[in-house]
Amino acid sequence: MELTSLERDMLEGKHGEGVALAMKVQVGTGKAFYAKRMVPITRAHVAASAQEGDLFFVTKLLGLGARCLVSPTTNPSMDLTYLEEHLWTMDEDAVARVKASDDAYRRIGATMTLSCTPEIEKNVPSFGEIVAFSESSATPYVNSVLGARSNRESSISALCAAVTGRVPEYGYLLDENRRGEILVEVQAKVEDDFDWALLGYAYPQKYKGPEVPVFTGITKRPTPEGFVQFGAELATSGAVAMYHVVGITPEAPTVAAAFGGNDVKARVTITEADLERVREQFSGEAGPIEYAMLGCPHLTIRQVGEIAALVEGKRFAVDTWVLVSSLTLELAERMGYLGAIHRAGGHVIPDTCMDVPGCWDIYYGRPGVTESQKCAFYCQVYGQRYAVRPLAQAVQAALTGEVVK
Amino acid sequence: MSADREYTCRSISEGAGEGEALLSTDALCFAMCEADTGCVLEKGHCLDGRSVAGKVLVMPTGKGSSVVQADGLYRLLTKKTAPVAVVIQTPEPVLVSTIIAMEVPLVDEVDPAFYAAVEEGDHITVDAVACTITLRKKSASGEA
Repeated sequence: MELTSLERDMLEGKHGEGVALAMKVQVGTGKAFYAKRMVPITRAHVAASAQEGDLFFVTKLLGLGARCLVSPTTNPSMDLTYLEEHLWTMDEDAVARVKASDDAYRRIGATMTLSCTPEIEKNVPSFGEIVAFSESSATPYVNSVLGARSNRESSISALCAAVTGRVPEYGYLLDENRRGEILVEVQAKVEDDFDWALLGYAYPQKYKGPEVPVFTGITKRPTPEGFVQFGAELATSGAVAMYHVVGITPEAPTVAAAFGGNDVKARVTITEADLERVREQFSGEAGPIEYAMLGCPHLTIRQVGEIAALVEGKRFAVDTWVLVSSLTLELAERMGYLGAIHRAGGHVIPDTCMDVPGCWDIYYGRPGVTESQKCAFYCQVYGQRYAVRPLAQAVQAALTGEVVK
Repeated sequence: MSADREYTCRSISEGAGEGEALLSTDALCFAMCEADTGCVLEKGHCLDGRSVAGKVLVMPTGKGSSVVQADGLYRLLTKKTAPVAVVIQTPEPVLVSTIIAMEVPLVDEVDPAFYAAVEEGDHITVDAVACTITLRKKSASGEA
């Protein structure tokens, strides 16, 4: 791998040990993928998580004197003040870990957005921009929907990129790796956001492998939220970080353009029955629930408005949590949505993830409802039994206290 | 004389480690290992119930979301239940960056003859500086 003199100096410690460590991780990763050089980035997003391993690494970099050249936005952790006021007194270790993590990221130079949807607000790349994004639901969006270029960064490699201001050039940064390889014929009706989530989960069940899929047979453009959920489920069920939807995403005006001369390596058909199987897999048991957890990834202002309209003048039967960015919370207040949800007895909480250890223990082992297959999948390890429903149906379940088949 | 056989490989994360071979046909996410024992706790995984602690882990590649791989490996390292070295066939960005940062020896592009020869429980020495893997067959260890 050819490094510039500046990059060599960084690697050799002339810019401090922290920069040298970040560079070592990146050069090592670049070599593994036969990258020929490093290229500058203009944006980064770190999947900071207030988990032990992540805290260890950011603290180590910080201790060695590293600071970010490109300030990254960050994933959520938890809003301790709100949770302690409205839910319970949290375990001291968890509180200490969250505070230490927020503090370390602030000091290393991150922009503390604490949201998992940087790609739709606060950190939106343009077409062709080279970036390092490490939230697995955001990476497919920036590559496929926006046409920016990011590899599937880990929380560690994205932080290293923010520190050095560059990434090794390989993978989805190069034209030849962005072209389609798998032809997917969608024969199912894919119209609303939930259909997109089902499609995102269904595809990797039919084709295992990270090759770039090209979806055909779709005529209706999804909403931004539909695209967000689609990417989240593609990365939960599989490891897809780049896809094309012919006639809709920017690098796929036609099937031929999407493949860019590549041969079709495999053909996959997605039918109504495939989507139905995912719906059934996550449908959970009909019956009483004890809580509703909405917003994995974080809900947008449009979705919060939908919830507000559904609950105006009603009362939730169970604890209901709407997870959003701080920007969306602010907007929800201005729009009067926050009042409607509060009057119904619900919570709108910023900066918080449904999968931060130590946060939601009160619901572990209990039945609940969510709009997200990703949430249901990752929270299995806590024994949380989720029924997954389209957003409006999940809100309905929270109002009545039970899910219906 | 021992029956050691040496194979070439490519170094991704430097260092050296030796131990018993643990062979996996499935990709692994370290977050799915119990930290206290190193045991894989993933239903349907070919290593379900087996421990990675102190082993040379031979697997196709890594998997898992952008954060959990690092957190999982870190917890294994702090409990001293991590593998001593990892041998993979295909690099995957999340696994590679995590392993380099956590300073566990990692190699790929191993001479195909290694895969034909290696069996569960063989003694393996991975030298990710000299780019060699030394294999001592389980059956040969008592002889020589």
